[in-house]
Amino acid sequence: MNPSASLKLPDGRRRLRLATTSLAGCFGCHMSFLDIDERLLMLIERVDFDRSPFTDFKKIGHCDIGLVEGGLCSVENVQVLREFRAHCRTLVAVGACAINGGLPAQRNHLDLGQILAEVYRERPGLAPGSAVPDDPELPLLLNRVHPIHEVVQVDYFLPGCPPSADAIWSFLNDLMDGRTPHLGHGLIRYD
Amino acid sequence: MSSADAADVFHLDGHDVPFTTGETVLAATSRAGRYIPHLCWHPDFAPHGSCRVCTVRVGARLVPACTLPAATGLVVESDTAELRHLRLRLLQLLFVEGNHFCPSCEKSGDCQLQATAYAVDMTGPHFEEFYPARPVDASHPDILLDLNRCILCSLCVRASREVDGKSVFALGGHGIDTHLLIDSPSGRLVDTDFAPTDRAASICPVGVILPKRRGFAVPIGERRFDQQPISAAEEGDP
Ligand code: SF4
Ligand code: SF4
Repeated sequence: MNPSASLKLPDGRRRLRLATTSLAGCFGCHMSFLDIDERLLMLIERVDFDRSPFTDFKKIGHCDIGLVEGGLCSVENVQVLREFRAHCRTLVAVGACAINGGLPAQRNHLDLGQILAEVYRERPGLAPGSAVPDDPELPLLLNRVHPIHEVVQVDYFLPGCPPSADAIWSFLNDLMDGRTPHLGHGLIRYD
Repeated sequence: MSSADAADVFHLDGHDVPFTTGETVLAATSRAGRYIPHLCWHPDFAPHGSCRVCTVRVGARLVPACTLPAATGLVVESDTAELRHLRLRLLQLLFVEGNHFCPSCEKSGDCQLQATAYAVDMTGPHFEEFYPARPVDASHPDILLDLNRCILCSLCVRASREVDGKSVFALGGHGIDTHLLIDSPSGRLVDTDFAPTDRAASICPVGVILPKRRGFAVPIGERRFDQQPISAAEEGDP
């Protein structure tokens, strides 16, 4: 974000690069990340943001930490996830959807074609001639929603819907200080 | 030997645990206020020994603590890296075999499966999700059955048979196809004599057997296992 920032912290440690993305998620995990509030100022003492909604970079560079919100709903989600995996030393599945598919995965026992037909063609109140969108720019949907660890190696899982700001802060501090993240009672939550 | 006999103790992770004749290791441990993770065991019912979460080590053998008779001088290991890892994998298998979407489950925060997973630091599923297609039975006017979350612990089977005298539930099928059966010609709960006051209506350790028209009476975040870890909570259903 700030190319002139020193690569070293005053205590000699290297600054870390952090990327975040939302795949088939609702951005709730990102909102919870913002809920660390003034601790964001402490965070940017130690990390630079790479690709993330904070920076609006379109391409991810080499990063120390990648935080992935959301599961895999479309081929574009898979592509972004693979780019994150290839560029991040430590990849973290953040939130229920990245971890087990979450709410979007509740469509998994239904037929995708049937869902699209019911939503875009057969629902009452649609304009005549309504059809399933097929613009070539729209990413194709996957038959089933998948959690991200089913496609790439995931280093850590940070559960919650969303994980609380305190859980995110505790987790990031463990990572930044080189400890294996451990949440413990009160911070480990699936809801 | 009488229960007051000082010799009637076994050793659990270096602690002396007193027991009475005929008691199992898990029952005595629980009565002594110590915790061995478990799911299908309940203090009011005979052990079922199916979930295997309470597996402990006695010498060279791995055995479920819920069916292991306590014996004087028995040396039992439970809180070891090996057993913590085994329990983690068992819980991860239970999660992926069903559909556990905790954020939309009324049992969240009060669920023994979830709380036990917290206790073993389970952060993710490790295995691939099955996403099984399982039905919801909303036929009964007062009780909802969401079988997506059934862990086949058989507590409702035992409670209905032994306390309610009804046998509304049974386990059927084999292996991965094992599932909960409802004993009525239609297979639906509404066609049984099940009542919301039955013991079986309040025994389910997860979010399968739920009262209708009661949601969020206690807010998420303030529920039983939000307040304290399951290792410190009262034994049994609330
Ligand atoms: S039954 Fe327990 S583990 Fe399953 S979804 Fe409900 S709260 Fe989560
Ligand atoms: S419905 Fe609940 S009590 Fe009955 S077997 Fe399934 S998990 Fe156990």
